[in-house]
Amino acid sequence: MWKEKAIKFGLMSSASVSVISVALIFLFLFKEGGDFLSSPGIGSLFDTRWTPVSFVNERFGLYPLIAGSLLVTFLATAIAIPFGVLGAVYIAEIAKPREREILKPFIEILAGIPSVVIGFFGLIILAPFVKNVFGLYSGLNALSGALLLALMAIPTIITISEDAIKSCPKSYRQASLAMGASRLQTLWRVVMPASLSGIIAAIALGMGRVIGETMVVLMITGNAPQITASPLESVRTMTATIAAEMGEVAFGSEHYQALFIVGIVLLLFTFALNIFSRLFYRRYGNRS
Amino acid sequence: MKRDYAEIFFNSLARLVTYSITAVIAYIIFDIVRNGIGVISWEFLSGFPSNGGAKGGILPAIVGTVYLSLGAIIVALPLGVASAIYLTEYGKQGKFNEMIRLAIVTLAGVPSIVFGLFGLGLFVLFFDFGSSILAGSLTLALMILPTIIVTSEEALRAVPRSYREGSLALGATQWTTIRTNVLPYALPGMLTGSILGIGRAAGETAPILLTVAAFFLPRLPDSVFDQVMALPYHLYILATQHPEIELVRPMQYGTALVLLVIVLAFNLGAIVLRSRFQRKIKSQH
Repeated sequence: MWKEKAIKFGLMSSASVSVISVALIFLFLFKEGGDFLSSPGIGSLFDTRWTPVSFVNERFGLYPLIAGSLLVTFLATAIAIPFGVLGAVYIAEIAKPREREILKPFIEILAGIPSVVIGFFGLIILAPFVKNVFGLYSGLNALSGALLLALMAIPTIITISEDAIKSCPKSYRQASLAMGASRLQTLWRVVMPASLSGIIAAIALGMGRVIGETMVVLMITGNAPQITASPLESVRTMTATIAAEMGEVAFGSEHYQALFIVGIVLLLFTFALNIFSRLFYRRYGNRS
Repeated sequence: MKRDYAEIFFNSLARLVTYSITAVIAYIIFDIVRNGIGVISWEFLSGFPSNGGAKGGILPAIVGTVYLSLGAIIVALPLGVASAIYLTEYGKQGKFNEMIRLAIVTLAGVPSIVFGLFGLGLFVLFFDFGSSILAGSLTLALMILPTIIVTSEEALRAVPRSYREGSLALGATQWTTIRTNVLPYALPGMLTGSILGIGRAAGETAPILLTVAAFFLPRLPDSVFDQVMALPYHLYILATQHPEIELVRPMQYGTALVLLVIVLAFNLGAIVLRSRFQRKIKSQH
């Protein structure tokens, strides 16, 4: 009997690794970055300038980085939603079974393409294209980044939305059709509202993926830390800032600590999106 | 019959949108294959880079990526499978279970660059592994852990309840039941998860950026405490940091193609395995 107990204990310990990891992630981000909050102080984060390497005045304002991340994320989400949702509707409701069996794995392949390869593709093909279309000096801007990020969010949105649409009970559809509604009316007024919470969960998850994506934005948004709402301007996201600057800082310096603070802020954003997504996902999970 | 036109219009629109997505995927793959295939040669795959990557091969980057993904899966697979067994077979609905689930979802949502920061803080500095294969593999292992847990759980759940009941009714202990009557049937599904995990680990750049990857290191590693080059990082360096970016374009495409082939081969393998597994489970019911 002790053997059974030992095995159970071993399995339980393995399962708690996830919990411990999450705790350690928060702990170590604070351990490396926490000193920044006392000196130079938390107030210096609320600043409109990020100039961590300067002989005159080093400033660690997070606003431009957060603004950059948000601009790219909202643009990407706005582009990804119609494609993702229509794609999910097509695969779940319209495509023939054969067609579906080919389309689904094909779109999953997109999810598997490494982000650095997508960034590379963007650098060579998309950025010059955006530059020519808008007559810009450079195609490295928020729009190029958002287009690529949308491409990366679409598979997430499609896969989870399609699940949600499919799990809508058959009886709902039959009832609607029996009342004389057309297939299109049934889709828009019965199936979609019933799947809405799942679709919202999918979008939130896609957004989480977009805001946390590093290589694509690092390679293609131009990386100028400025506050702007124009998609054709260069922006610098939180993720790109960490990736670009961590290699060059002295360990333990204020700049080093500030980058860990950026990591904490980023983690809080994705954590919030995750919780939001989970709340909606649960709602649709409970219904069926 | 005005409504039918609306439906035809909507269906065509949805079809157009879906196929335009697949067209973009196909174009990305096509572009990289077309421009990369000419670079691939035995020298490219088995040679060492020279001139900062402008000439020579990419062997150290291939070897580095293989070591890092193998290291990640060696750590993550046992942990992930054990977690999944605990969650599906032992854990009843409770506070602890709920906490583990929340942790898995949170872990799955942690941005890859934050994993890099964490790996830097814990493995590179605190445990003093330095910038090394060990630090990089452990960081990647935590990153792919949620994928492995979730796919393993699915595989375990797909095993019919009666298999377990039959064994328990004969007096077998719970662990014996799991070992002989559950795990063998869940194995292909678990394999799917681990293959997906390897593919993801091989393609990630941000976590290894801060924990292991070397800019230019034209030799093979001697121990797990060595730095290595890795394909994704090598591509990033060639495409953005190299002094003569236009000149090394063929090398960029070649590296991108090798990386793409490795990652897609793993993903495709996982997809094929999964569909086979699902068919097998269905036929047993």
